[in-house]
Amino acid sequence: MALLAYSIRRILMLIPVLVGMSIIVFSIIRAIPGDPALTILGEKATPQAIADIREALGLNNPWYIQYFDYMKDILSGNLGESLQTNAPISDEIIPYLAATTELTIVSMLIAVFIGVNAGILSAWKQNSWFDYSAMLIALVGVSMPIFWLGLMEQWVFAQELKWLPSVGRDNSRNPVEAITHFYILDTMIAGQWDQLWEVIKHLILPGIALGTIPMAIIARITRSSMLEVMRADYVRTARAKGLTQFWVVYKHALKNAMIPVLTVIGLQTGLLLGGAVLTETIFGWPGVGRYIVTAIGNRDYPVIQSGILVIATIFVLINLLVDLLYAYIDPRIKYR
Amino acid sequence: MKKRVLSATMTSLVALAMLIAGCSSTSTTQTPAEQPKTETPAPATEPAKTGPKQLIVGRGADTKGLDPITQTDGETFKVTENIMDTLIGFADGSTELAPSLADKWEVSPDGLVYTLTLKSGVKFHDGTDFNAEAVKYNFERWSDKSHPQHSPEGFEYYISQFGGYKGDANHIIKSVEAVDPTTVKFTLTRPLAPFLANLAMSPFAIGSPEALKKDVKKFNEHPIGTGPFKFVEWKRNDTITLEKNPDYWNKGFPKLDKLVFKVIPENTARLTALASGEIDLMDGLNTDDIPAVKDNKELQLFLRPTNNIGYIGFNVERKPLDNPKVREAIAYAINKPEIVTAFFDGVGEPAVNPMPKTMWGHNNDIKDREFNLDKAKQLLAEAGHPNGFKIKFWAMPVPRPYMPEGVKIAEAIQQDMKKIGIDAEIVTMEWATYLEKTRLGEQEMFMLGWTGDNGDPDNFLAVLLDKNSIGSNNYTRWANDEASQLMMKAQSTPVQAEREKLYKQVQEIIFKDVPMVPLAHSTPALAGKANIVDYNPHPKGTESLEKVDIK
Repeated sequence: MALLAYSIRRILMLIPVLVGMSIIVFSIIRAIPGDPALTILGEKATPQAIADIREALGLNNPWYIQYFDYMKDILSGNLGESLQTNAPISDEIIPYLAATTELTIVSMLIAVFIGVNAGILSAWKQNSWFDYSAMLIALVGVSMPIFWLGLMEQWVFAQELKWLPSVGRDNSRNPVEAITHFYILDTMIAGQWDQLWEVIKHLILPGIALGTIPMAIIARITRSSMLEVMRADYVRTARAKGLTQFWVVYKHALKNAMIPVLTVIGLQTGLLLGGAVLTETIFGWPGVGRYIVTAIGNRDYPVIQSGILVIATIFVLINLLVDLLYAYIDPRIKYR
Repeated sequence: MKKRVLSATMTSLVALAMLIAGCSSTSTTQTPAEQPKTETPAPATEPAKTGPKQLIVGRGADTKGLDPITQTDGETFKVTENIMDTLIGFADGSTELAPSLADKWEVSPDGLVYTLTLKSGVKFHDGTDFNAEAVKYNFERWSDKSHPQHSPEGFEYYISQFGGYKGDANHIIKSVEAVDPTTVKFTLTRPLAPFLANLAMSPFAIGSPEALKKDVKKFNEHPIGTGPFKFVEWKRNDTITLEKNPDYWNKGFPKLDKLVFKVIPENTARLTALASGEIDLMDGLNTDDIPAVKDNKELQLFLRPTNNIGYIGFNVERKPLDNPKVREAIAYAINKPEIVTAFFDGVGEPAVNPMPKTMWGHNNDIKDREFNLDKAKQLLAEAGHPNGFKIKFWAMPVPRPYMPEGVKIAEAIQQDMKKIGIDAEIVTMEWATYLEKTRLGEQEMFMLGWTGDNGDPDNFLAVLLDKNSIGSNNYTRWANDEASQLMMKAQSTPVQAEREKLYKQVQEIIFKDVPMVPLAHSTPALAGKANIVDYNPHPKGTESLEKVDIK
C-alpha cells in the first residue's frame, strides 16, 4: 500500500516538473540569436519574403501569447508542425526516436554487460592486474572524446579491416522496410534474417562509441558498490556456510550491489537518449539528437521545443521508473 | 562457473583491445583517409554485376522539401533535378542553354514574346500528359497568389527572378498562353534578357498538375515530374531513393536503375564510407583530402567547374570605409595569390571581378591590383589615416565552397593589415546570425560569397552590387547610380553582345570604386568510385545524374 501511495505521489510530482521544463525550453530557444524566417529562406532571401513568413509563423506576437498557444496545442496532443517540412512533429519524430532508442538500447546492453562484469571481476580480484587495468581503461573510457573514438572505429573497422559498415542504420543498397521503425524488430517481422544481420552490424560501431562512457561509469560504480557489499556481514555468513566465491558474488552480493548501479544505468540511458548527437553525426545515424540539432540550425522553433520536451519527458519517465524499481527492490527505502 | 568468468573476461578483453587500438593511433597525424590502402576491396565496393545498377550519393545534409519551387537550397535541387525537368536545360558541364522539355524557342524582335515549342508524347510519372496546359498551370500556380496550390510562404525564387507575383508593379510575366498542346507563349511586360536562363533554373521545373491538384502538401514529399528518375522513398535525415523512369523521353537514359541520396553529415566519415564502399559518390570533399583521393586507385576525383565568388566586402556606409581610397588601400594589402595557395589547396584561383572568369561578359581587360603594402600605406595617408585605424572584420563561421576556411583567411589578412597600421579585430558568430546581421548592415569589413544560379552575369553583378539589392544580397550597401543604370539597361537588352559591353563597364566601375575585394573563384571537389563514368559536375552546383553509368 505504501508503495502504491509512493508511486502515485511520485507520478503527480511529474506535473510541475514538466511544466517547468516547458517554460525553460520555450525561453531558451527565444534567446537564440537569429531570425528563423531568414534561416528558413536561406542566403537568397528577400526582405518582403522574410516579413511575410514572420507574420505567417506568428513570430510577431508577444512571447507569452506564443507560449500559451503552444501549451494549448501540447495539452491537446498536438506537438505542432515543423516549419521546415510542414509535417506534424508527433508523426515526424517517431522514426528518429526509434532510431535513437534502438541505438541507446544496444549501447546500454554493451555498457551494462561489459561494465557490470568488469566491475564485479575487479572487486572480486581487488588489487590484481585485472583490477588495475580495468579501472585504468574505465578512466580512459570516461574521458574519451566520442568524436575521436567514432572516427577511429570507422578508420580501423570499416575502412582498413572492412569488417563493419561505418555509417547509417542499414545497407542503402538493400534497405530495410520500416514497419515499427525499430529495424531489429522490422527485419524479424519480415523474416529477413540476412538484413537483420546487416542491421546488427550497423549497430556495433556506434553502439560501442556511445556505450563507452556509460560502460566506464558502470564498471567503476559496480566495483565500489560490490566492494562495500562484500564486506557486509551477510556475505561473510554466506561464505562461512561454504558457498563458492561465484555463488557468493553473483547470487548474494550482486542483488544488493546493483541498487546504485541501477540508478546510474537509468541516468545514463536518459542521457544517451538526448545526448547522442555527436555519435549520430559521425555515424550518419538518423536519430532524434540530429533531428533537434538540424532544427536548431534551421531555427525550426516548434521542432526544437517539442523535440527537447519529448526527450526531457522520456528522461523524467526513466528516472521515475528507476525510482519505482529502486523502491521495489529495496524495501528498506522509506516512502515519504 | 569457470565458463561464465571466462566469457566475462573475454568480453572485457575485447573492450580493452578496442580501446588500445584506439589509443595507440593517437600518435599518427594523418587523417583516416590518408592511411595505406588495403589491396582487396570488400565485396560491398563492387555493385553486383548482374543486379540492378545502383548509385549511392553521399552528402552532408538532407533535402528540405521536394517541391522545388518552394525551396532555394542546393540539397533540394540535387534530388529534384533527377525527378523533374525544366522547360529549358543547360548543356553538360556548362551554363549554355540547351533543349529540355522545350525543343526550341523563338524570341520576338522587341524581346517581349517568347514562344516555346514543347516535346510531344512526354508523360509525367503518374501517366498524365505533359503539354502546354501543364506549363500554363505551373506558372499560374507560381505567379498567382490566389491560386489554390500557391504556397502561403511564397515562392522565393519566383519573386526574385520574375519581379514579384501577378498584380505586382514589377512582375515581368504578363501572360502564359497554351497556344496548342506543344506551343506555349510567354508575354512579358518589359524585356528581360536572362528570361530563358531563368526558365532553366531548377526551381522552375514542371510538376504534374494532376498530382499538385490532388494534394499539394504531398507533392512536397512525393514529387511527380517528367524526369529520368521516379521518386520512391524518403527516410528523413537518412536516404532518398529514386528509381529509373523506363519511359523517359531522352531515349537510352537514365543508365542507372536506382539512385540513392544518403546523408552523412561529417566530411571525413563520408570519405570513409566512400573508401569502404558504402557509397559511390560524395560531395563536400575536404580540400586536405584531395591527395588521398588521388592516391587511391579505387577512387577518382571530380572537380566542379567554378561558378562562384568569395569576397571581402566593405560596408560603404561605415566610416572610414565610406572613403574609396581606404577601400583601395585594403585591397592592396590583401595577398590574393598567397591566400588561394594556402587555403584553397589548388582548387581555386584568385578573382579580379565579382563574377567568374568562365562566364560570358567577364572583363578580362581589368588588371588586378598587386599585393603592395607601400602603395597601401600611401593610399591610407592620402585618405587621412597615416597611422591606420581600428576596424572589426567579420569572418565566416562555416566553410562554404567559395570560402573554405573563413577564420583562417581572415587571420592571414589581419596580419597584412597590421603592417599598414590597420588593427582588425576578427569577429565571428553563428551562421544564421551572421547572415542576418550582414543583411541589416551591422558589419564593417566582412567576408561572404555567392554561387551562381543560371549562368547569367546579372545573377552575380546585379544580385551582389545593384543598389536595389541593398537589404537583400548587396551586403556592401554600395549604391552607385551609374552602375545600377547600366545593369538595368543590360537586363532589358536582348542582344548578348550589347549586354556584354554593358557588364564590362559595370565591372570597371566596381573595380575602381572597390565596394568589395573579389578574393577567389573556387572549384568544389567531389570524389567517387573509379568505376563511375559520364559524371559531369555542373557549374551551378547541382545536376541530373541521368547520364551517369557504372562500368
